Amino acid sequence: MPVTDITHDLDSRTLVLTAHFAAPVERVWQIYADARQLEKVWGPPSHPATFVVHELVPGGRAQYFMTSPEGEKYYGWWEIIEVDRPRSFTFDDGFAADDSFTPLADLPVSRNVYAFEAADGGTRATYTAVYASAEALQQVLDMGMIEGATTAMAQIDALLAA
Amino acid sequence: MTVSTEEDEDRADAMFHALADRTRRDILRRVLVGEHSISALAANYDMSFAAVQKHVAVLERAGLIAKRRNGREQLAHGEMEAVRSVASMLLELEAIWRGRAARIDELLGNEPTSPELE
Repeated sequence: MPVTDITHDLDSRTLVLTAHFAAPVERVWQIYADARQLEKVWGPPSHPATFVVHELVPGGRAQYFMTSPEGEKYYGWWEIIEVDRPRSFTFDDGFAADDSFTPLADLPVSRNVYAFEAADGGTRATYTAVYASAEALQQVLDMGMIEGATTAMAQIDALLAA
Repeated sequence: MTVSTEEDEDRADAMFHALADRTRRDILRRVLVGEHSISALAANYDMSFAAVQKHVAVLERAGLIAKRRNGREQLAHGEMEAVRSVASMLLELEAIWRGRAARIDELLGNEPTSPELE
């Protein structure tokens, strides 16, 4: 498993996840800089992501949707705050109602910092997300519940196959 | 490997079933933020009061929401503590990120090493 450490801070509603990848920093960065690569990893296999817009530059935007097996689409956007290629980027991540990608004002936005550094012949990636409130976290996870269920199913499948 | 009882599995089935519907997720989101009467909830959807009441009943059976009577009204609220403590939410989020990291790992592993990046 690539994940090496996870920290939850309940008071600040912050999640920090560290992962190690067997590839140079520049290569890991490319995944985030290239929409076609990013959509291979952003959504779970059951809900693939499609990035319609992806500009990894300060002030740039990303617009994407994830499609459920039933064809239901979940729209999201990023607003890129800072980019320090290939070391880190900071972005706000929120939801949109439809393919106009107008941010949903009553849904929460998280502030994320993704950082990459060379370590142990590969890359150490540190992902940080901060949510403004418990309600915000709850709403964000409406989308995440899908993956929670998917992960659970995958684990059950693995158990059955063992 | 976590050992789960038959009862846990039944509860998980009920929860996933309850959450597998868009209207029910929307109802849950509303009642987790505050108490709503069933009729107030029903006004949000283009469906009958009875249909909304059925959705609420599915959520209630899954233990995700609870109801209480106030005069002629039935008020529903989300069982925030039981189901969605901040800790469990962070764990859920963690699952999403673990999934992404695993897919990145797979993507990186499935390609020939580019010499110019070494």
